[in-house]
Amino acid sequence: MQYIPNIIFAILLAFAGIFFAKNVKKLIRNIKLGKDLNRSDRKSERWKNMTMLALGQSKMTKRPIAGLLHIVVYVGFIIINIEVLEIILDGLLGTHRIFSPLGKMYNFLIGTFEILAFMVLFSVIVFWIRRQILKIPRFWNKEMKSWAKNDALYILYFEMVLMSLFLLMNAADYNLQQLNAEHYTHAGSFPVSQYLAPMLSGLSQGSLILIERSAWWLHIIGIFIFLNYLYYSKHLHILLAFPNTYYANLEAKGKFTNDKNVTTEVKMMLDPNADPYAMPEEPAEGEVPEKFGASDIFDLNWTNILNAYTCTECGRCTSVCPANITGKELSPRAIMMKTRDRVEEVGKNIDTNGSFKDDQKQLLNDYITPEELWACTSCNACVEECPINISPLDIIMQMRQYLVMEQSAAPQELNMMMTNIENNGAPWQYNQMDRLNWKDE
Amino acid sequence: MNVPTMAEMMAQGKQPEVLFWVGCAGSFDDRAKKITKAFVKILNNANVSFAVLGTEESCSGDPAKRAGNEFLFQMQAMTNIEILNAYEVKKIVTACPHCFNTIKNEYPELGGKYQVMHHTQFLKSLLDEGKITVSGGSYKGKKITFHDPCYLGRANSVYEAPRELLKKLEVELVEMKRCKTNGLCCGAGGAQMFKDAEKGDKEINVERTEEALELKPKIIATGCPFCNTMMTDGVKAKNSEENTEVLDIAEMIANASDL
Ligand code: SF4
Ligand code: SF4
Repeated sequence: MQYIPNIIFAILLAFAGIFFAKNVKKLIRNIKLGKDLNRSDRKSERWKNMTMLALGQSKMTKRPIAGLLHIVVYVGFIIINIEVLEIILDGLLGTHRIFSPLGKMYNFLIGTFEILAFMVLFSVIVFWIRRQILKIPRFWNKEMKSWAKNDALYILYFEMVLMSLFLLMNAADYNLQQLNAEHYTHAGSFPVSQYLAPMLSGLSQGSLILIERSAWWLHIIGIFIFLNYLYYSKHLHILLAFPNTYYANLEAKGKFTNDKNVTTEVKMMLDPNADPYAMPEEPAEGEVPEKFGASDIFDLNWTNILNAYTCTECGRCTSVCPANITGKELSPRAIMMKTRDRVEEVGKNIDTNGSFKDDQKQLLNDYITPEELWACTSCNACVEECPINISPLDIIMQMRQYLVMEQSAAPQELNMMMTNIENNGAPWQYNQMDRLNWKDE
Repeated sequence: MNVPTMAEMMAQGKQPEVLFWVGCAGSFDDRAKKITKAFVKILNNANVSFAVLGTEESCSGDPAKRAGNEFLFQMQAMTNIEILNAYEVKKIVTACPHCFNTIKNEYPELGGKYQVMHHTQFLKSLLDEGKITVSGGSYKGKKITFHDPCYLGRANSVYEAPRELLKKLEVELVEMKRCKTNGLCCGAGGAQMFKDAEKGDKEINVERTEEALELKPKIIATGCPFCNTMMTDGVKAKNSEENTEVLDIAEMIANASDL
């Protein structure tokens, strides 16, 4: 009988672990739906980037209030996880406060966790106020509806509940220690929960144990749920911010990729020795001819998809986008969210059918419209602003390439501009022979 | 105006130190031509050995690439690279941040490896080498704000060269709230210059000009022919031509030295 809690705990832990591992596998599979791109170079720069941006959150404080509060929640999250280790061991072994023999060190740790928990609780409440009462505009753009909006709030509520449970648990424990209850070793220091303790002081030992145990169980079950909620949430950034900043683009922001396939074709066209009447090579049987640009997530590269899963939907990018500021359809955050939605849809399709079955849909038009794509000035403000190095611009440019090179669907004025470049080497209708006329004007 | 071409130089068996890449706007746009001439005046005055490609220059391909036409871009790039390499060009200076960015970052992979400088960087280096002197002249003490071109600033992290030149002009430099890494685009990049904007509730250049005009500057300084056009149009749209002028830094330097 006495082992029943241990067994239940072990089963819960195993379920949480297996479910999480399954989701991670799915995540990796989905990211790999994107095209190959080599980002294994410049390792030391990459480590540095990751340390600064993900671990050190160096870009977050560009907006000081949100940045500092976020750091509190982040540090709290990481450090309080040491406590989770103790909870898991206690759960499996049926012990109570297994680390308590650490003595002074233990008291210090528990004290720190409490203070952090309190600060996290405070920060999360401020976050909620910023969203719901101050209604900071970037949280109220039109893409922040239904799931996107709720997801953000759920997590805030979740954190509030988890932190409160932790403090409540300690408050009950503190009382039990005062009563010299069996099992409840005198350990820990309770800089925050000692103030909650008097609220519980009139209760019987039995009720206190009930409260302490309930809070303990709810707290750890909550953590298991949270772990498995991540995959469906923008909070995946907690994990993915690290690989995302590691694999981020390190080149100058103005340098856009040169399409290698185009290079090969252009070289052939410009080669005076090439036979102008030679037939282009027929693609071999079953081989899909190379497509230019991107119309669906399969055409993007894997870092674009990693970006989409990592996006925290904070809207910093959108709040600095010149197109969005002036009321255009384009929102760089929405580009990332729509990409993720489409990847998820494709992933589910694969889950159901074993492999991807054409669903008559694609990222272009069904999710992202040409109107959005053509509004971008390629100014890189979104890329600069993103605290975790996401590039909405990279996706926009690849999709423009598809529109122009595969569909000849550029706006009419741009077609004229391109015809001019082709015919007279300038975007306007001037003769190349007049290029030096300014000298004598 | 003394503007030697590479072909002429080659015929005389000479190799200039630097190629001045004029760019399409600098060659054809009436407003931008003034910037081109101002820059050439400074080069001549400093006895810089330079040449242009003249009729052998063609669009760098930037607007095609940003519009999504990778084919046309690479055609332009490779044709240009062939000519540049034939003249054994080593160093290029241009007054257009778009040409600057493309040639600097996107040409090397296609076989065009040069040292590329924006004209503000080049002018700064002339100043450091003592080949030119810059002093305030009529700009001394005037309130001036600088609009960062996206393809110079964020795209290539050049923020200081233009500002140091402005300091030498002894102006009162006031910064807009959105400056340097946070600078707001003028609305012309990404081939937007050549099309109408998408449906929205404001033009980007008006948004940006309003921000600049809030500071009540005598001059909005830029380092890009497209920003120049956009901001000039913005100033007109706000009926502020009487109070505020839009000038390229090269023009200011040439004017200050009465060139
Ligand atoms: S690059 Fe495009 S999407 Fe990003 S901020 Fe600029 S205009 Fe907006
Ligand atoms: S792309 Fe970056 S800045 Fe934009 S919403 Fe996502 S995380 Fe925030």
